[in-house]
Amino acid sequence: MATYTMKEAKPAPTANKGIIFWLKENLFPDVKSSLFTLFGLYVIYSIVPPLLDWMIFNATWSGTQDEVVNSGARWIFIIEKFDQFMYGFYPESLHWRPNLVAIISIVFVFSFKYIKNLKVKIAGILLFPVVCFVLISGGWFGLEVVETEKWGGLMLTILVAAVGIIASFPIGVVLALGRQSNMPILRTLCIGFIEFVRGVPLITILFMASVLLPLFFHDGIEFNKLLRALIGITLFQAAYIAEVVRGGLQAIPKGQYEASEALGLSYWQGMILIILPQALKISIPNLVGSFISLFKDTTLVLIIGLFDILAMVTLTNSDTNWLGYEVEGYVFVTMIYWVCCFSMSQYSKSIERKFNTEH
Amino acid sequence: MSDQETMIKMKDVNKWYGDFHVLKDVNLDIKKGEKVVICGPSGSGKSTTIRCLNHLEKFQEGSININGTELIEDVKVVRHIRSQVGMVFQHFNLFPHLSVLENLLIAPTWVHNKPRKEAIETAMYYLERVKIAEQAHKYPNQLSGGQQQRVAIARCLCINPEIMLFDEPTSALDPEMVSEVLDVMVELADEGITMICVTHEMGFAKKVADRVIFMDAGQVIEENEPNEFFDNPQSDRLKTFLEQILSH
Ligand SMILES: Nc1ncnc2c1ncn2[C@@H]1O[C@H](COP(=O)(O)OP(=O)(O)OP(=O)(O)O)[C@@H](O)[C@H]1O
Ligand SMILES: [Mg+2]
Repeated sequence: MATYTMKEAKPAPTANKGIIFWLKENLFPDVKSSLFTLFGLYVIYSIVPPLLDWMIFNATWSGTQDEVVNSGARWIFIIEKFDQFMYGFYPESLHWRPNLVAIISIVFVFSFKYIKNLKVKIAGILLFPVVCFVLISGGWFGLEVVETEKWGGLMLTILVAAVGIIASFPIGVVLALGRQSNMPILRTLCIGFIEFVRGVPLITILFMASVLLPLFFHDGIEFNKLLRALIGITLFQAAYIAEVVRGGLQAIPKGQYEASEALGLSYWQGMILIILPQALKISIPNLVGSFISLFKDTTLVLIIGLFDILAMVTLTNSDTNWLGYEVEGYVFVTMIYWVCCFSMSQYSKSIERKFNTEH
Repeated sequence: MSDQETMIKMKDVNKWYGDFHVLKDVNLDIKKGEKVVICGPSGSGKSTTIRCLNHLEKFQEGSININGTELIEDVKVVRHIRSQVGMVFQHFNLFPHLSVLENLLIAPTWVHNKPRKEAIETAMYYLERVKIAEQAHKYPNQLSGGQQQRVAIARCLCINPEIMLFDEPTSALDPEMVSEVLDVMVELADEGITMICVTHEMGFAKKVADRVIFMDAGQVIEENEPNEFFDNPQSDRLKTFLEQILSH
């Protein structure tokens, strides 16, 4: 027989051994890695400085077209057309309305995480779109009406994406639940819809929405272009949400359903209180991925004659006073899209972190 | 024997999974306050039997009566029965996104429409009973298996059930945690609640059970009071089974 004495815990070996050590360890541990490091540095060297030169150091930030002497970007084009990129043809004197909506939205999105009371949360979710719509379109409280034909630019892009995301979410969840239902007709309808929509490109759905929808409602109901696009995009997005949520639902162990049934919860109580919170939580990364694709896909609305930010760039490029400024325009739009999409993905990460620390 | 109230009556219950005949003419009469232990080899239909009692599984033939209510496929009836029957699972099945206390509040507030304040008082009382009140605000995955199972038991008690069903409540636990859960169950048994417990814990069966039932291949093969059951098994199948579980 053998006995052993208890050992004292020792502190872990320290990781910090200075910058030189870190460099050697991580960038130049052996010949192959060193070659890769050098190659990487070369790529960075050949791309970044010229890009910075063009975008910043050699760029023209003010003055008129005739005064341009630098070889870099001529941002004066963007500055000149900025309002059109942002608001389309929305009357200039009313720009404060979309601006206010933007401020409200940002405040809403960032304070939402911190609202504890469920009733306030739900009231917020229901009230928010109404307030935004009234502010932008006008017609109530003495606000001047602005027809949807005048809406455009980044404002329209965000609006289409936001409506697509918000409206498609509940529809997608219901479709996902319907797909799992044990009522055959309901299940078949849901599967049919989801598989059909996922099997065709968004652009065809938009065409169908703009051509077919008016046929269903021919009795003189004026169906405006924007509404048609919104319906098309919402239905399109709902099918994808449904698939993402289905993945989340499938990851929930059977025991969770059984426990909520055994406690006497009804189907909807079990879904809303027990299953969906867990399923949606694990779906957040995929949901946001799908929101981001939708945001980028909204550029397709230019096909049916709406002027989103990309369409505005194309349009302003045909201004005879400002020919040859495509590059600046498209670089600017690229940056706008990147900032929006990157923010969305960061926001989703912060939600995930919040959930993870909660449990 | 018949002067006591019957709590559970299963009559000639038959169930099939597809072509597979899982339950064959299962008959079961359990009186109010009776403690019954069910044992038997894996796949013999023990879980299926008790899951039929709260309609987690459907059965095709026969009838089940719970505390005077005929179990039929009707949302209201099923809900009524489930509100009197608590079930404890092998894998606890606590809701991981809710704190321990919230796990205990779900059924009282949403199914039994209790005011939240009252529900919290009841919940804390039962957490106290299973000796885990100080963990009320933790989340399930921060607790050990034994603690989780005690929370699961408290969650059932919060709806003040007439009947408690246990499906191998200790078989997913590390050995050193088995007794803390069994202790809680023994205490419960002393209070006169009707209990059906699928378990192979023979010590528990001897201590608590009024009756032990042996199932094999979807049938009730033998039932007896615990001492007779273990010391004097009648059927060969039970003899073999007892040899197997007692041999290690
Ligand atoms: N959903 C199902 N579909 C098909 N067969 C099933 C299903 N659930 C259980 N069975 C089968 O029914 C039989 C009885 O299962 P049950 O879970 O009741 O057994 P058990 O006695 O509880 O066994 P264990 O000790 O392994 O838990 C098993 O042979 C099992 O394979
Ligand atoms: Mg079982």
